[in-house]
Amino acid sequence: MKITVEEVLHVAHLARLNLNEEELVKMTGQLDTILSYVDKLSELDTTGIEPTTHAHNSVNAFREDGVVTSLPREESLANAPEENGEMFKVPRII
Amino acid sequence: MEFEIVIGLEIHAQLKTESKIFCGCSTKFGSPPNTNTCPVCLGLPGVLPVLNKKVVEYSIKMGLATNSTINRFNQFARKNYFYPDLPKGYQTSQFDLPIVEHGEVEIEVDGTTKRIGITRMHMEEDAGKLMHDERDPVSYVDLNRTGTPLLEIVSEPDMRSPEEAYAYLKKIHAILRYLDICDGNMQEGSFRCDANISLRPWGQKEFGTRTELKNMNSFRNVQNALEYEVRRQRDLLLDGEKVVQETLLWNPDTNRTESMRGKEDAHDYRYFPCPDLVPIEISDAWVEEIKKTLPELPDDRKARFISQYELPDYDAVILTSDRELADYFESSLIPGATPKKVSNWIMTELLRELKGESIETCKVAPTQLGGLIAMIDKGTISGKIAKTVFFEMMASGKDPEVIVKEKNLVQVSDEGELMAIVEEIVAANPEQAEDFRNGKTKLMGYFVGQLMQRTKGKANPKLANDLFNKALNG
Repeated sequence: MKITVEEVLHVAHLARLNLNEEELVKMTGQLDTILSYVDKLSELDTTGIEPTTHAHNSVNAFREDGVVTSLPREESLANAPEENGEMFKVPRII
Repeated sequence: MEFEIVIGLEIHAQLKTESKIFCGCSTKFGSPPNTNTCPVCLGLPGVLPVLNKKVVEYSIKMGLATNSTINRFNQFARKNYFYPDLPKGYQTSQFDLPIVEHGEVEIEVDGTTKRIGITRMHMEEDAGKLMHDERDPVSYVDLNRTGTPLLEIVSEPDMRSPEEAYAYLKKIHAILRYLDICDGNMQEGSFRCDANISLRPWGQKEFGTRTELKNMNSFRNVQNALEYEVRRQRDLLLDGEKVVQETLLWNPDTNRTESMRGKEDAHDYRYFPCPDLVPIEISDAWVEEIKKTLPELPDDRKARFISQYELPDYDAVILTSDRELADYFESSLIPGATPKKVSNWIMTELLRELKGESIETCKVAPTQLGGLIAMIDKGTISGKIAKTVFFEMMASGKDPEVIVKEKNLVQVSDEGELMAIVEEIVAANPEQAEDFRNGKTKLMGYFVGQLMQRTKGKANPKLANDLFNKALNG
């Protein structure tokens, strides 16, 4: 096994996901399959190959510092489950 | 048991750009909630962040100003955590490849110079702002600040007292202000500081257990919080108890550090390189170009103030701690105003009357202050009268020459004119005159006081002494 039920529970908690017993077993199985598949890559000999983090070699994609018009507030708030016309409303977090 | 204090600081400096780090929304402070937002900073799916070039430039500037290494290849990473002020579910920051590393600054405490190492500086985005409802169990989120560019500056654990931490914080603040890349406003949160602090028995190599202090939104608070925490940890250790590693909030109302309730899980940020942002490659030519734009920095300016204006170290430190103040000083140096006298006036009268406000709000223009001091040096007005004139200048912003003329404050140095009054005073006070002649020379103060009263403070004080001596002793 590439991943344990405990690890899946931990990651689910960090992502604020509630998994029931059945989902937990299912997810662990699926993640295990994915990780095993990805693990195949380590069979490749990568000696002498520079590690890369991006799919292509481009660097320095910049924009000049300048203000462009923001969204109208109604649109910014449009997808919020709850709002008060000015701000997003969320369960209290301290 | 004696303990050694170990302090490291993490500073978040908001970089002074017009637009956010990855989108064109304005960074203006105080806009109505959620009016400076767009799909990129709201974290909507399918958007592509594009890095603001100025953020890179400013970071390189700060790196150069602190003798740091500029990492020619650096990249962004995602720091994953859940919090409602972070709409994407991760903060775009830098992790294993920050833009700046291995720097240092010099601080001075009680006349001793010390180097404080800088571990690293990295570019990142700020989070939004949460406001809690007084009655209902809800919070409100304003995402205007989300995506505002920050430079996080992490020091080595090199500070050994709250005073050193204060001096380091001031120095970083001054450099940022000299570079003009951060407005440095602690109240508005554009310059923030967290501190790590631990105690260890003298001579012990390993660090003790540290606590992290947050919510210190003024320079004074930083020092107060650290001093409090030193006492708290020392008491615990002396009682044989353990310091718990935790995050503490400084409460400026009670002057205590308080434990944060319900602290998030142990940090598990699952950093990984941000696939949306391509790496940054900095050429030597770019660094050289930026180097050319560096202004004179606080340490250099301090050294120059000492050599060029012959100021004491103390004056030079205070005047150069703030770029605007140093500029003000130099602009005040008109012909006839000696640098040391100008420095004295700025450090005593001017700073006191400003009551902590920025020098930029001052009604007295630097050349006006220089003019006032030149008038004292020339003997046009006495030092005492000058203070009256100065208060009037602070209130009205008028030129000192105009005030002196309007209020008829020119010092009377005419011997004949003053002698006539001196003789009248002596004649009117035969008893005191007799006592004076019999050796009660302290009465000189009384006589000069009489003269000042009659001349409304305008008599030249040195001349007054001479004249009374002449009149009384013949």
